Amino acid sequence: MEAIILQILNGLDKGSAYALIALGLTLIFGTLGVVNFAHGAIFMIGAFVAVTLNRVLNLSFSVIDETRTDFLGNPMQVQVPYVEHWFGTQTGAAIIDWSVPLAIIVAIPIMALIGIAMERGLIKHFYKRPHADQILVTFGLAIVLQEIIKAFYGANPIPTPAPDAFVGSFDLGQIFGFEPFAIMYPYWRLVYFAFAAVVIGAVFAFLQFTTFGMVVRAGMADRETVGILGIDIDKRFTTMFAIAAIVAGLAGVMYTPILSPNYHMGMDFLVLSFVVVVVGGMGSLGGAVAAGFLLGVLQSFASMSQVIDLIPGINQVIIYLVAIIVLLTRPRGLMGRKGVMED
Amino acid sequence: MSDKNLSRRGLLKAGAATGVALSLPTIFTSKAYGFTNEPGASSVTLGFNVPQTGAYADEGADELRAYQLAVEHLNGEGDGGMLNTFSSQVLDGTGILGRRVEYVTGDTQTSSDAARSSARSMIERDGAIMITGGSSSGVAVAVQALCQEAGVIFMAGLTHSNDTTGKDRKANGFRHFFNSYMSGAALAPVLANAYGTDRNAYYLTADYNWGYTTEQAIQEATEGVGWNTVNTVRTPLGAGDFSSYITPVLGSGADTLVLVHYGGDMVNSLTNAVQFGLREAQANGRDFQIVVPLFSRLMARGAGENIRGIFGSTNWHWSLQDEGSQAFTRSFGEKYGFPPSQAAHTCYVQTLLYADAVSRAGTFNPCGVVEALEGFEFDGLGNGPTLYRAEDHQCFKDVLVVRGKENPDSEYDLLEIVEVTPVDQVTYAPDHPQFSGGELGTCNPGA
Amino acid sequence: MLGLNKADLRLYLIVLGMLIFAPFIMNPFPEGSGLAQFNGGYPDLLQKLVIFGIFAVGFNILFGLTGYLSFGHAAFLGVGSYAGVWMMKLLTMNVVPALIISVLTAGLLSVIIGYVSLRRSGIYFSILTLAFAQMCYSLAYSVLTPITGGETGLTLSLNDPRVLGTSQTAEGNIPVPHFFGLEMNASSTLELGAWSFTFNTGYYFCAVVMAVAFYFAIRLFRSPFGLMLRAVKSNQARMSYTGLNARPYTLAAFVISGMYAGLAGGLMVAMDPLAGAERMIWTASGEVVLMAILGGVGTLIGPILGAGVIKYLESIISTINSTILHQWFAFLPDGLEDFVVAIIYPFVGKGWHLTLGIVFMLVVIFLPGGIVEGGKRIGNLFRRKRREETPPSSTTTPAPKPGE
Repeated sequence: MEAIILQILNGLDKGSAYALIALGLTLIFGTLGVVNFAHGAIFMIGAFVAVTLNRVLNLSFSVIDETRTDFLGNPMQVQVPYVEHWFGTQTGAAIIDWSVPLAIIVAIPIMALIGIAMERGLIKHFYKRPHADQILVTFGLAIVLQEIIKAFYGANPIPTPAPDAFVGSFDLGQIFGFEPFAIMYPYWRLVYFAFAAVVIGAVFAFLQFTTFGMVVRAGMADRETVGILGIDIDKRFTTMFAIAAIVAGLAGVMYTPILSPNYHMGMDFLVLSFVVVVVGGMGSLGGAVAAGFLLGVLQSFASMSQVIDLIPGINQVIIYLVAIIVLLTRPRGLMGRKGVMED
Repeated sequence: MSDKNLSRRGLLKAGAATGVALSLPTIFTSKAYGFTNEPGASSVTLGFNVPQTGAYADEGADELRAYQLAVEHLNGEGDGGMLNTFSSQVLDGTGILGRRVEYVTGDTQTSSDAARSSARSMIERDGAIMITGGSSSGVAVAVQALCQEAGVIFMAGLTHSNDTTGKDRKANGFRHFFNSYMSGAALAPVLANAYGTDRNAYYLTADYNWGYTTEQAIQEATEGVGWNTVNTVRTPLGAGDFSSYITPVLGSGADTLVLVHYGGDMVNSLTNAVQFGLREAQANGRDFQIVVPLFSRLMARGAGENIRGIFGSTNWHWSLQDEGSQAFTRSFGEKYGFPPSQAAHTCYVQTLLYADAVSRAGTFNPCGVVEALEGFEFDGLGNGPTLYRAEDHQCFKDVLVVRGKENPDSEYDLLEIVEVTPVDQVTYAPDHPQFSGGELGTCNPGA
Repeated sequence: MLGLNKADLRLYLIVLGMLIFAPFIMNPFPEGSGLAQFNGGYPDLLQKLVIFGIFAVGFNILFGLTGYLSFGHAAFLGVGSYAGVWMMKLLTMNVVPALIISVLTAGLLSVIIGYVSLRRSGIYFSILTLAFAQMCYSLAYSVLTPITGGETGLTLSLNDPRVLGTSQTAEGNIPVPHFFGLEMNASSTLELGAWSFTFNTGYYFCAVVMAVAFYFAIRLFRSPFGLMLRAVKSNQARMSYTGLNARPYTLAAFVISGMYAGLAGGLMVAMDPLAGAERMIWTASGEVVLMAILGGVGTLIGPILGAGVIKYLESIISTINSTILHQWFAFLPDGLEDFVVAIIYPFVGKGWHLTLGIVFMLVVIFLPGGIVEGGKRIGNLFRRKRREETPPSSTTTPAPKPGE
């Protein structure tokens, strides 16, 4: 029982990341009709915003410590971060410690700018082009973005720890009447889950309760008519692209303590989140979120050794297997609408 | 009508040309060389085949640095590095057999296909007489087989799987790096000493060849000192989030987790294990422990603080105090500003060993080189007295058991050496079951 | 002539000429010169160009004619390779049975995958093929290691039970793949002054296969069947109103194109007897899409050109390192030399992915029709100039046919 609950938690956690990326993807599908293969790269860039902020906060000047020597036998140069120098050792260290949450604030404008630049500079010219062209140009963009990141940060993963306050695990089981220590779950993963829930809720509320959202939803349903009504739908779609970029970027920022970021994490998540979008139904926001959590949970269950013993290799293929079954039984995904992306 | 005639004539011409082209091999005689890519009088070309793109690109970059350093030293530039400490003193800084050493580089992309292709282009286009490098066993085995077919020498880079000198060994291929069996044999006594002889181990294993041989090696070695294996679970390559593999560990009755992962997977699985509190956990009335059989310092950086206090094994570390290691660390550090990795070390040593073998044999002929390397005993290259065993072309030398350092001085100073396991303890018979099923064949000098 | 019209015949002869003279065309620079770095006339690359050309031509039969974008074609190539190696391990080192079994196995797999995937269209079809191919890759890399060799790849060994043939040669080596005695790795060199040209048996074997495969593709493009496939692309709904069921046609196209991929996979192992799982990963499937688009989708020659350009760039750019760059620019003053090298360096060697990405973006943005369209535009430019110079003649340029 405990094992299953833990796996559900794992699945929800994985699912949060899938859902956040897929949400942005499907938002872009639904509004702009563009298949954006660079969306994974936006997630990756979000993670590297956190890495960069961490590095900036760690910018140091060196002091020569005569008492110690480095690996060549010369006097050791000790690095003192400017932040610690300016704000005092304790405050400075605390600022560095909280670099990941701080990165959220930094990431929002940066991701919005990147999103707008991408849409205005590139994607805009591809609205009328075939989907294959959209896939290719965004795929090319994804390669370029990840190679640029690699040129600056190298290929190996970079550790970006969560604040000390969130290190360790929370005894979740005790609240629900289980034995103590039966269901321990790391604080940061719970934070990630809550964060994802808030972001998803915010996006839905924005689309549901604001005039802006209403117009965008109308545009998703029938772009032409909205245009005829004299509404400049393009400008709003640019904003939607920026929002999608922010959502994916924040997903990346918050994910860094769970997974040390590397330059190809975007590509790793891209195919998965693509499958998530298709399983959920193209252009369906609810579908993307539901499918994200569903696939996350199924993937976790398939990783249990009891299941692997029963069906060897199932943990390798479960996502794709589910995608095939869903697409064959429900042609437009779980919650897809008719006529979207079928040409 | 005339149109048709024209095209028929055209086709006849094309047909004749095709016929000539197809019969070309018999018209021209092949170059009358004794062996593939016999070098000219002034220079010799080596092929450095390292991962420049993909997940191991940083290892590849470090290997390339070491190769460039080795070439400098062979050509008599720089401070000479380990040439001065090498027990065999036939290399004098005038290149190899009086020929200046030049090199070409290729990208393995950490894929056996791409690696073979770039090795082939170095052999066919650039006339490389020896191929070396790589940062994974799949690539090493694939390229080694290619070099055997093409008739050039392969000096393996970082490859840890038993198969490279086990079931996939080849006469033209040589490995200086240690292997899974040696890791197990070196680790088991240290682990028994530190954690007791009645541990229950849970294995998370990367689901590919290297994972299989390493899991088997560690399992057999630890069971030899009394440990018990609770479960072994295979994890997909690049799984990213390992939480669903980690969470069942605590409830399984195990008190030790062995992470048979390398590279990015090792960083992620170790980070996840620490996040889930395995290091603070208690099981069977004891502190829970984590073991990582193969450490790589470059990758260890990605795991940050999580690596502290964790046991593992490594081929070489820059903090070794012997003369050879210090000479190498000094000349590498002065050129590049940071200490070399174990991948850099093994690649540098392999280049020197090849050059030395050619010089002693007096010929670049692969069969002469094979003869010179087989059974060769040397010292002064950082691992103490070492033997290149004739039966399987594997180097036998001391193995380092290391532990993540508690208070590192710098970002390079992550591992501390716990024990230098003497070579006798890690030596095995050439037909040991973990290595069976392969044969060297005979050396192939090619054309 | 050969059942081809005049334009097609000309195209076919051009391709034949390119195939025959490739060792010369690809080696324009003398040995030892600074530009020799750009020579591509060595067997490995020439074989790759032709093999990926076949792969792309086959892919184009599906994508170019029917518009169905498969993201899983690399799986057929991989399965073909595995089948080919197994044939060499078990039966004979002659490449003919290996090629036959490669094509058949890939065909069989494409019947299964195609039958299921073609129940959906558009992006759903793409995702289904992607899912199947990724499953093949993941399983081949891990649990199917006993059959596929996993990470290392499936290789020949010294104790293969080869029924027709020997397990090892007299010298104790693994025998070489051959075509009735013609060894695939045999090469001859022709020295002409400073130039050196290599003629490789394996390459010419590939070239012959390519010639046959390309001929078949032309015939298929021009056949009533090809017309039917184009009808699927332009308007499937209208086609079904006329009482025609599109599914059998698309399935046939899918299987044929899968068999081309299998043929390419078989040729790969005939040239170099190792089958690695990475050749089935989704980015490998993406690569063939890029080849087709780069060259020009739906055109006959485009995919061949696209495959050529991508494989050539990959082989050449990735081997350029900083030492070579410094050699090239050694004539510049020191400071300037370092500056130029510093600018170029991120795009070559380990940075060749970056170059590749940029090239794709530029091509897709500015040349949606690929290289073929670029060639036409340049051609039109010249033609217009000539027309301005000479009085208009009575000859009319034929209207471009679809698929040209």
